[in-house]
Amino acid sequence: MSALTRLTVARMREGLAAKRFSARELVSAHIAAVEAARPLNAFITETPDEALAAADAADAALAAGTAGALAGIPVGIKDLFATRGVQTTAASAILKGFRPPYESGVTARMKAAGVASLGKLNLDEFAMGSSNETSAFGPVVSPWRAVGSDAKLVPGGSSGGSSAAVAARIVAAATGTDTGGSIRQPAAFTGIAGIKPTYGRCSRWGIIAFASSLDQAGVLARSVEDCAILLEQMAGYDDRDSTSINAPVPHWSAMLNAKLAGLRIGIPREYRMDGMDARVAALWDEGIAWMKDAGATIVDVSLPNTAHALPTYYIVAPAEASSNLARYDGVRFGQRVLPDGGSLNDMYAATRAAGFGAEVRRRIMIGTYVLSAGYYDAYYLKAQKVRALIAQDFEKAWESCDLLLTPTAPTAAFGLGAKSADPIAMYLNDVFTVPASLAGLPAMSVPAGLDAAGLPLGLQVIGRPLDEAGVFNACLALEQRAGFTAAPVRWW
Amino acid sequence: MTDMYKDDGRKAGWIIEGRTGPWEVVLGLEVHAQVSTLSKLFSGAPTAFGGEPNAQVSLVDAGFPGMLPVLNGACVKQAVRTGLALGCTINRWSRFDRKNYFYADLPQGYQISQHQHPIVGEGAIPVTLEDGSITSVGIERIHLEQDAGKSVHDLSPTQSYVDLNRSGVALMEIVSKPDMRSPAEAGAYVATLRSILRAIGSCDGNMQEGSMRADVNVSVRRPGDGFGTRCEIKNVNSIRFIQQAISYEAQRQVEILESGGTIQQETRLFDPDRGETRSLRSKEDAHDYRYFPEPDLLPLELTPAFIEQCRASLPELPAAKKARFETALGLSPYLAAVLTADADQSRWFETLLAESARRQGRDAAAVAEKAANWMTGDLFGALNRLGLDIAHSPVSATQGAELLALLADGTLSGPLAKQVFEIMLETGEDAGAIAEARGLKQLSDSGALEAAIADVLAANPDKLAEYRSGKDKLFGFFVGQVMKASGGKANPALVNELLKAALG
Amino acid sequence: MSVNEKIVARVASLARLALKPEEAAPLAGELNAILGWIDQLQAVNTDAVEPMNAVMPITRDWRADEVTDGGIQADILANAPASAHGFFAVPKVIE
Ligand SMILES: [Mg+2]
Ligand SMILES: [Zn+2]
Repeated sequence: MSALTRLTVARMREGLAAKRFSARELVSAHIAAVEAARPLNAFITETPDEALAAADAADAALAAGTAGALAGIPVGIKDLFATRGVQTTAASAILKGFRPPYESGVTARMKAAGVASLGKLNLDEFAMGSSNETSAFGPVVSPWRAVGSDAKLVPGGSSGGSSAAVAARIVAAATGTDTGGSIRQPAAFTGIAGIKPTYGRCSRWGIIAFASSLDQAGVLARSVEDCAILLEQMAGYDDRDSTSINAPVPHWSAMLNAKLAGLRIGIPREYRMDGMDARVAALWDEGIAWMKDAGATIVDVSLPNTAHALPTYYIVAPAEASSNLARYDGVRFGQRVLPDGGSLNDMYAATRAAGFGAEVRRRIMIGTYVLSAGYYDAYYLKAQKVRALIAQDFEKAWESCDLLLTPTAPTAAFGLGAKSADPIAMYLNDVFTVPASLAGLPAMSVPAGLDAAGLPLGLQVIGRPLDEAGVFNACLALEQRAGFTAAPVRWW
Repeated sequence: MTDMYKDDGRKAGWIIEGRTGPWEVVLGLEVHAQVSTLSKLFSGAPTAFGGEPNAQVSLVDAGFPGMLPVLNGACVKQAVRTGLALGCTINRWSRFDRKNYFYADLPQGYQISQHQHPIVGEGAIPVTLEDGSITSVGIERIHLEQDAGKSVHDLSPTQSYVDLNRSGVALMEIVSKPDMRSPAEAGAYVATLRSILRAIGSCDGNMQEGSMRADVNVSVRRPGDGFGTRCEIKNVNSIRFIQQAISYEAQRQVEILESGGTIQQETRLFDPDRGETRSLRSKEDAHDYRYFPEPDLLPLELTPAFIEQCRASLPELPAAKKARFETALGLSPYLAAVLTADADQSRWFETLLAESARRQGRDAAAVAEKAANWMTGDLFGALNRLGLDIAHSPVSATQGAELLALLADGTLSGPLAKQVFEIMLETGEDAGAIAEARGLKQLSDSGALEAAIADVLAANPDKLAEYRSGKDKLFGFFVGQVMKASGGKANPALVNELLKAALG
Repeated sequence: MSVNEKIVARVASLARLALKPEEAAPLAGELNAILGWIDQLQAVNTDAVEPMNAVMPITRDWRADEVTDGGIQADILANAPASAHGFFAVPKVIE
């Protein structure tokens, strides 16, 4: 592992600006690291040539004084973002070979700011999963291992390629998308930071849709500051997305401030669930103490509908997904399976049965069922009403506090295959992340400690709509006090 | 599709005498009208008719991964204007839903439509029937939705070809109440609707190009009974076909019922070549569209100011125009109806009228009848002969007004005006220039006419003697001779007057 | 609400997912487990609750009616599994 791959984005920017190393050197070191880390299966498509071209362009821009804010920064892109001319799959067999003639809004902004993309990162198929085991391109293996064990662990999901690559120091940062926790949970599992901003902060244009009312792009990186540096380049209004928020994007990285005096941090009592992992509970208490130490006031708050969030999510998300995924029909793009002498309907059914994996098919079935005649009111409408109640819980909480502190996930990373047989056990991974997704709120996970097996655990901060600044500051205060310096020991 | 019919107790209009007694037909229409806009409902791709396949398609219209809809404000405005023109309530809050089904020409796998909360609510329009009686047809709702693409089945023996040029074009679905009771009433309703949409410019009403097409819901019942089971005849694209389809379908249902059968609620197609409807091979699934709110769009919220702005932008509607033509211009109900049936015609007439009044220095009312008669007689006759519609008339309304002015001031006689008009149609030249260049002006020079009269009298001494001895009838003979001598150009009134004086 | 194999077959057909006969029974079991778990929502009182209509309470200007797109037939067809003469090609549909 080269010293260059251990730098944060902030240090990379300083080094490039001071000409201590060139972008070509920086990117080349990461390309080598990516090649060496293939056992992790973090990438679906590597793009070293594109990365080197971007590096050379960055070096020229740095020399000319015209460099963008992310010139030469080596990143990875979750393979859910459309990238012009580069295979974009959503980790699904049905999109194998799809080369979009367009670039997503978020990655276009990042590329305009000068990033060097090392390629497209693995994920759960269509972002449906919490362990990155549903990918048609094989599971991602976490760079982490429990102390004294060489069992393979999951990197979390659905942004598992992103979390593994950032944690393994093969990219400096990576894009993610978060529908019910898909940035925060993998960040927590791999000891890195990850933020899902307010719904509407980042354009959804060109991001392959899973559940439209929940999907939101964000970033995974190795520090709070890096997340702020990346997100301020990714976010911004896009008139091609009707749900995009037309609000100025603050210069978050310049506003970072870990002094929380005057801020009230709410601790939602319903998140302290029966049978909660003792180390997770203890870490949460430590987090509360760090917040006090940073000057914040701690308040007890109630989010009474918390327990209903997961079932609500598992109605709304599959329902929207069943409709969003209808376009994969073998007609205009992607794979087609046409049985001999088959009709158009035979082609649809065969294409979709062969092209979608088991979890995607399961969610399409659930989504189709809950929307079908006679069930809409009982399921979808009911869920959107409960969703309104969950959003109201947060609004009420903001009357007595400014930010919320919770654990990110109920456990540390688990073994590959450990939960594959039980969908509901897998869904429970998102119990702490889903409520903020349902309400569209900004939420971030920071690494805060290790469990008994030496595996990372994260804490989550949730903020008011558009208060990413508050979330960053609270996370910075936690980061400074947690002193989390653990990194995976290279085994690959 | 509309909800269940509710019987409003309307009277029978058209009765089918079956073997077992009389039957009444009940009709409701869902008219799909293409909104006149440059770009599509949710994308910036063009809406023009025709074009290379898939050349008027954006990534959004083709349902590419990650593509999102963005609402075209002009479609909202036209839907609201249409609602106001049809006397409907406008819903300040409406919403788009997804209607999910698989079809080759439906790229997203769903149609974005307004299912539960349409932009326009209930209203009604007066419809004038052929016998002059007026009936009212209720509007249930108007909603905005996307059109689908087109499949072409006859270019290959093994494949269907899909063209998405129409995919995403904005449609207004105008749903009537089940208020119509005869093919004639349905035809009159569609004609009225078409004239209103064309007048306000929200749809070009071009049924051949598919800008307007109707789903016709047909059921039959014994007069006085509740509604029967209906069948929906999809996508009928002319008024004549609508009427033929209804006649056939009503008869078919009566025959089934009279032989003890029951009507299956189903979707049918009208085959214009055979003049019959037939069942659409029922899709593999019963319809289960799994509607839910479109999460990629915000709810559609309208301000009172916006609605008022739409109202203020409405031109005079055909019914009001017809009433005004009758009362203010003194036109007969027949002429007023003909001139207001079509927006292009009424616009042409109003230009003709205004120009005529200006040129002749008279009130519009004073010149209206002559203008209307000339337009519906001479002009329409000529256009009919040439197979042209008013929008493509070779003679403009301003040119027509000049011709009428020359007729009114005596420069042209009636026969001369007809001659000049024929030349205008051929050459496109102005009436005055034609009359001047070809010497077709009416002769109104008293001196010249007096000389001509003197010549005629001198040449016919015997006739003159007969006249003077009391044979008054011969006055006409002298007029004819003078007209003939002038080559048909003499002003007949002046000839009369001068001849009377000369004959003493 | 219990999902049997017949309902599974109907839903799979609606969703255009070909189902092997041996897949129906296990899928019915999975769906029942998930739906049984989701059913806990029925106990929540939502009598006076409006469903969520928009995640963020924003408004935006409508698009101006301008032609800004289209004319990209090659891009539209580039990824198609089958195309001919500028059209997408699919198995023949008989109406
Ligand atoms: Mg219909
Ligand atoms: Zn429709």
